Amino acid sequence: MRYKSRRSKLFIVALLFLFPLLGLSQVPERVPKPDFETDYIRPDFLTPTPRATALEYIDIGVLIVALFLATYFAHKQRSRQNIFLLMVFSLAYFGFYRKGCICPIGAIQNVTYALFNPAYAIPVFVIVFFVLPLVLALFYGRTFCAAVCPLGAIQDAVVLKPTNVPGGLAAVLSVLPYLYLGLAVLLAATGAGFIICQYDPFIGFFRFGADFNMVIFGLSMLLLGTVVARPYCRFLCPYGVLLNWMSRLSKRHVGITPDECNNCRLCEESCPFGAIKKPDEAAPPANREAEVKKLAFIIVLLPIVVFGSGWIGSRLEIPLSRLHANVSLAEEILLENSGQRTELTDETKAFRASGKPTEELFAEASAIQRQFKVGGWILGGFIGLILCLKLINLFMRRRQSEYYVDKGTCLSCGRCFSYCPYEQVRLGIITPKEAEKMGSKEVKIKQFRA
Amino acid sequence: MIDKTSKKPLKRRDFIRKSLHAVAGLTIGGLAGILFSKSSSEEMVWQLDPNICIQCEKCSVNCVLPHSAVKCVHSYSVCGYCDLCSGYLQPGTKVRDTGAESQLCPSGALKRTYVEDPYFEYTIDEKLCVGCGKCVKGCNSFGNGSLYLQTRHDRCLNCNQCSIARRCPSQAWNRVPASRSYILKGDEKKKFLKS
Repeated sequence: MRYKSRRSKLFIVALLFLFPLLGLSQVPERVPKPDFETDYIRPDFLTPTPRATALEYIDIGVLIVALFLATYFAHKQRSRQNIFLLMVFSLAYFGFYRKGCICPIGAIQNVTYALFNPAYAIPVFVIVFFVLPLVLALFYGRTFCAAVCPLGAIQDAVVLKPTNVPGGLAAVLSVLPYLYLGLAVLLAATGAGFIICQYDPFIGFFRFGADFNMVIFGLSMLLLGTVVARPYCRFLCPYGVLLNWMSRLSKRHVGITPDECNNCRLCEESCPFGAIKKPDEAAPPANREAEVKKLAFIIVLLPIVVFGSGWIGSRLEIPLSRLHANVSLAEEILLENSGQRTELTDETKAFRASGKPTEELFAEASAIQRQFKVGGWILGGFIGLILCLKLINLFMRRRQSEYYVDKGTCLSCGRCFSYCPYEQVRLGIITPKEAEKMGSKEVKIKQFRA
Repeated sequence: MIDKTSKKPLKRRDFIRKSLHAVAGLTIGGLAGILFSKSSSEEMVWQLDPNICIQCEKCSVNCVLPHSAVKCVHSYSVCGYCDLCSGYLQPGTKVRDTGAESQLCPSGALKRTYVEDPYFEYTIDEKLCVGCGKCVKGCNSFGNGSLYLQTRHDRCLNCNQCSIARRCPSQAWNRVPASRSYILKGDEKKKFLKS
C-alpha cells in the first residue's frame, strides 16, 4: 500500500512537469482508482430533479381559469374591480411565484425556434401558453392583457397620472412592436438567441435579481409607466402585435357602453391607452377626391417601399448575423489567423481546444449569414408593408357617429365602463331618464359650439 | 361601427371581416397543429456539458440568481482520492493541510476528509460553492477530472433564455429533456441514465 501511494505521488509530480503540454481537454484516469482496505462506502451522488412536469400542467390550468375569469369579468360582469383583483393575482402567480417564465411573449421565440430547428422539441405547455391567449383574443378581444399578463399587470399597477401620447408620436412608436417582433423571430429562427427574454424589463423584479442594465431598463419603464400608461405593452410588446391582429377580428369585443351611445363625451378621457376613438365630424366632401388620389398614390408606392425596406433589411445581414455566436467566433478566428489580433479570447481558446476544423466553422458561419440575408429581406419587407398599411389606415377614415373602442389597441381593462351613464343605469345608480339627460345636455353643448 | 349611409358596404365589410376571422383561426389552428407534431410532453431544461466546459468562471457571475445555480459536483467513481489533490490544494503549496491559505477553493466549499492512508475523500458543500470552477480546472489539469460543473435543478429557475448559456464562450450549454437533466461522468452517468 505504501509503495503504491508513493508511486501515485511520483506520478503526480511527473505530471507537474508535463503541465505545459496538457491541453484543455481532460485526460481520464491519470490517477489510478484506489482500492480501499477499510469498508469505505462512496457517498451518494445526488441529482435534484427540475420542477415536476405535473406542475407545468397546473400552470396551464391556472392560465385557462384566469383567461376565462378575465373574459367573464370584462364581458359579463363589466367589473373593473374584479379585473383589477384578477390582475393582482396574475402578477403574484405568473410574476412573482412563477418568476415570469414561461410567458406567451417569450413563447413567440420558442415557437419560432421549434419551427426552424428540428432538434428542438417544444414542450406542450409552451404551445398552450402561446396559442390560448391568441384564440381567446380572436373571439373576445385582449382580455389576456387586461388581467392575466404579469408584465401588463406590473405596469398597470403603477399607472398614476396617465397623459395622452400625441397621435403622431403614438403612430410612430406603434411601429416599434412590429420591428421588435420581426427581429425576435429572425434571431430565434437563426438560433442567435432569444432577445425578448434578454431584454425583458420586468423579469428582474419577479426574480428579485437581475444584471444592472436590466434593472435600469425595468425601473425606467416603471417610472415612465406612471405618466405613460403601460409603455411596454403599447410601444414594445411583440406579442401585443399578434393580439392586436386577433382582437381586430374578434367576434365580440367589450364596448364602452352596455347600451347605446348617446355621445355624452363622459368617457372621452377615461382611457389611459388612447384606445377610445371620437366620432368623426362630417368629412368635408371637397377633400374626398384628393384623399382618394393620395390613397391611390400610397397603394402604387407600396411595392416600392416594401422592396426598398427589404433591401435595407438585407444590407443589415453582417451586423445582425454577428449576434449569432458562431458568426462572431468565426470573425474572431479570422482576425487571429490573419495576425491582426494576438491576444486569444476565451471563445477562440475554447474553439481551438475543441479540435473542430476552422473550415467547418467558416462554412457554418457563412450559412448563417445567408440565412440572415434572406431573413433581412423578409424583415425589411415586413416593416415596409406595416409602414404602408399604417399610412393607408390614416386615410381610411371610417365614418363614425359615436364613441367606440379601437379593438386592436383596447386592452379590455374596463376603466371606461363606469364613465358611461348607461352603465350607471345598468348598475341601478341612476335612472334611464337621467342618463338620457346627460346625453342630450352634452349634445346641446356640441350643437352650440358648432 | 354601424355605417348608416348604405347597406351594401356593410355587407362587404362584414364578409371581409368574417373571412379574415376564419383565416386567422385557421392559421392559429394550423400553427398549433404543426407545433404539436414537433412537441414533447417534457419540459426542456438547461445543462452544461462538462466535456466541453473550459472553466472560464463565467457561470459564477452570469446566473440571474444571486448565487449561481451552477455548482461543482464530484464523481466519486472517477476520483483518485489523492492526498496531493490539484483540485483542492493551491498549486505549488508545500503543506497538504486544510488551512485556508493552502486551499484552491475561494469559498472553502470543497471539504477534505481522511479515509485511510493515503486516501482522502473530497466533498462539496453546495451552500458555499459559487460555481467558479477553479477546482475543476485544477482537477482536470493533473487529476482524473472527477470534479466538474453542473446546473443544480433544485436551484435553477430554468429561464427561457439562460443568461449563462448566452455568454458561455465554449458553447457548452444546451437545452436537455427534464428526464435527462444532468450530463454526468463515470458510474453516476450509467446509474442516472438507467433510472
